[in-house]
Amino acid sequence: MAQPNSKSTTPYLLDMDGLAALISALRRQGRQIVGPRLADDAVIYDDIETAADLPAGWGSEQAGGHYRLKRRDDNAVFGYGLAPQGWKRQLYPPRQKLFAARRQAGGFTVEPPPPPAPPLALIGVRACELAAIARQAKVFGDRAFADPGYQTRLSSAFIVAVQCAEAQATCFCASMGTGPEVTAGFDIKLTEVFVQKHHGFVAEAGSAQGAKLLKALKAPAAGPAEIKAAGVAVKNAARQNKHLDAEAARNLVAHPDHPRWDKVAERCLSCGNCTMVCPTCFCTTVEDVTDLKGDNAERWRKWDSCFTMDFSYIHGGAVRTETRSRYRQWITHKLSTWVDQFGEQGCVGCGRCVTWCPVGIDITEEAAAITGQERI
Amino acid sequence: MNAPLRDALHAPVRDPLHAPVRDPMVPVPFRIEKVRRDLSDTFTMELVPEAGGEFAFQPGQFNMLYVFGVGEVPISISGDPADRSVLVHTTRAVGQVTEALDALKPGDSLGVRGPFGTSWPVESAFGHDLVFVAGGVGLAPLRPAIYQAMANRQRFGRVIVLYGARTPEDILYKKELERWRGRFDLDVLVTVDRATGKWGGNVGVVTNLIARGGFDPLNTTSFVCGPEVMMRYAAQALEKKGVDTGRIWVSVERNMKCGCGLCGHCQWGPHFTCKDGPVFRYDRVADLFQIREL
Repeated sequence: MAQPNSKSTTPYLLDMDGLAALISALRRQGRQIVGPRLADDAVIYDDIETAADLPAGWGSEQAGGHYRLKRRDDNAVFGYGLAPQGWKRQLYPPRQKLFAARRQAGGFTVEPPPPPAPPLALIGVRACELAAIARQAKVFGDRAFADPGYQTRLSSAFIVAVQCAEAQATCFCASMGTGPEVTAGFDIKLTEVFVQKHHGFVAEAGSAQGAKLLKALKAPAAGPAEIKAAGVAVKNAARQNKHLDAEAARNLVAHPDHPRWDKVAERCLSCGNCTMVCPTCFCTTVEDVTDLKGDNAERWRKWDSCFTMDFSYIHGGAVRTETRSRYRQWITHKLSTWVDQFGEQGCVGCGRCVTWCPVGIDITEEAAAITGQERI
Repeated sequence: MNAPLRDALHAPVRDPLHAPVRDPMVPVPFRIEKVRRDLSDTFTMELVPEAGGEFAFQPGQFNMLYVFGVGEVPISISGDPADRSVLVHTTRAVGQVTEALDALKPGDSLGVRGPFGTSWPVESAFGHDLVFVAGGVGLAPLRPAIYQAMANRQRFGRVIVLYGARTPEDILYKKELERWRGRFDLDVLVTVDRATGKWGGNVGVVTNLIARGGFDPLNTTSFVCGPEVMMRYAAQALEKKGVDTGRIWVSVERNMKCGCGLCGHCQWGPHFTCKDGPVFRYDRVADLFQIREL
């Protein structure tokens, strides 16, 4: 997609100090800085203080049902692939208070949720993740009923995108047309490069505020060698072993009785991991809580999963009692009916559902099998 | 939102910093004016906004009703759309929240979000015979459309209400049905699955009443509401009679947490039942009725 704000200025070259200065500048704007850091034997997106918190020299090895941290042979700070969960954790938190209600004589009063926390700066957003954010923004914004909390958090966020330099075994963004090249939706785009052992970041602005911030850093212009290295990095990342025929997968909806649903249900644990790590899954449930006296009540929204029995419950029982029906709902919505609803597919090819499925069910294999293009 | 991402959306996103949107998830307190017991487990409440004002809706739409500290349920509106001074809901107590609703009394408060969803397209039936087919508590979401049709009675050919209940004791709005039956411009036929007591009327499923006819199939619009299986058979019976499937409308029930397309629970194939429905044109969803556990 074209960059509407791009004035095709020469990219800058930041070194680690320059990246640190960028993060400091965003902090001085009063923003909550979220970026990759080491925690729980993984690289996750969480609050960071400075550039020193970035996972320098750490990579990950990802495959179906498999994630291991591994040491890189360089000092790359953005060389870890993808974190287990994307940025929906920050933009659409797992628990959100919808309102508080207070009992009073003859009734109750309703208090709307508190205003959102400080604006976010998201450091290290991948191309597939930008696509996921855009898809969730459509769910929460482009409707008769919008979610004001989501809109506020996203509209005030500063996005530092980082282009991938290599693909994980689970990546298939190239198939979905969402990456690895970052083309739109960012304030600043970085590509991590090593030129003659010189560690740096080719930096381009994607918005007026991004351009202003980069200019203030007084970084030198990137040279031809760095710009070339950035191009090579993205080309490397486009080499992906996993593929999904996106066009064919739109037809999943035409196969509600395929025998493969029973086959995948034999493996699927109905645990909901795929929905928790999927960066576009948006389903939620609500929870009502009261204090012991029953005078104060709150209503909370929590992430939910279409893999639970409760999800489809109506008077008389759940609609989807079987695992096959629930898996079918998830993958069919993701690849097929999402198009009817929002004009594009709900899958961005990040491969998280493959990595974090405890039994390694692979969305690309299931889609291929059901739409009749099984690969040996 | 940063400009490129907004452009990437191809959609105008209201800027919340300048034009705050009303949060669709926050309920508005209403006061219960009246409660009438319809059946042993079914009751009708009349509500008015505590802050004053009116409540406008289209027949077939629903609200999310919030019981303080207990939870929320989607309940269709069963009053007269021409009367904006009062909001009417008929509810069957079958779960935790509906039972808590049942325990509320006149003077108590509850929260209301809505109205949500699509409506019965009463005007699209102008010039036609109009056949209402209701099963059980499914008569409640149809009643606003019946009121609207009667308010425009001269615009239709015959207007027919076909209603099926489990037993004579389960007949909803009994007095009103009797009043309607006394009119010369409205045909009301009632059947029960199982006769009890002194019942001398029809026994059998509501689809039997469709088979009897009494309307011009080629010039008929029908609104159908009841249990899913009943709607499927009713639509098939209407189709068999010769009614165009594009003139049959049904109202579908699914789990709903938000009512406005955000929570994902009510998905039925490509549809969000809460905003693409609950009222669907039958020919657009006939295939979905055939898929088990969709």
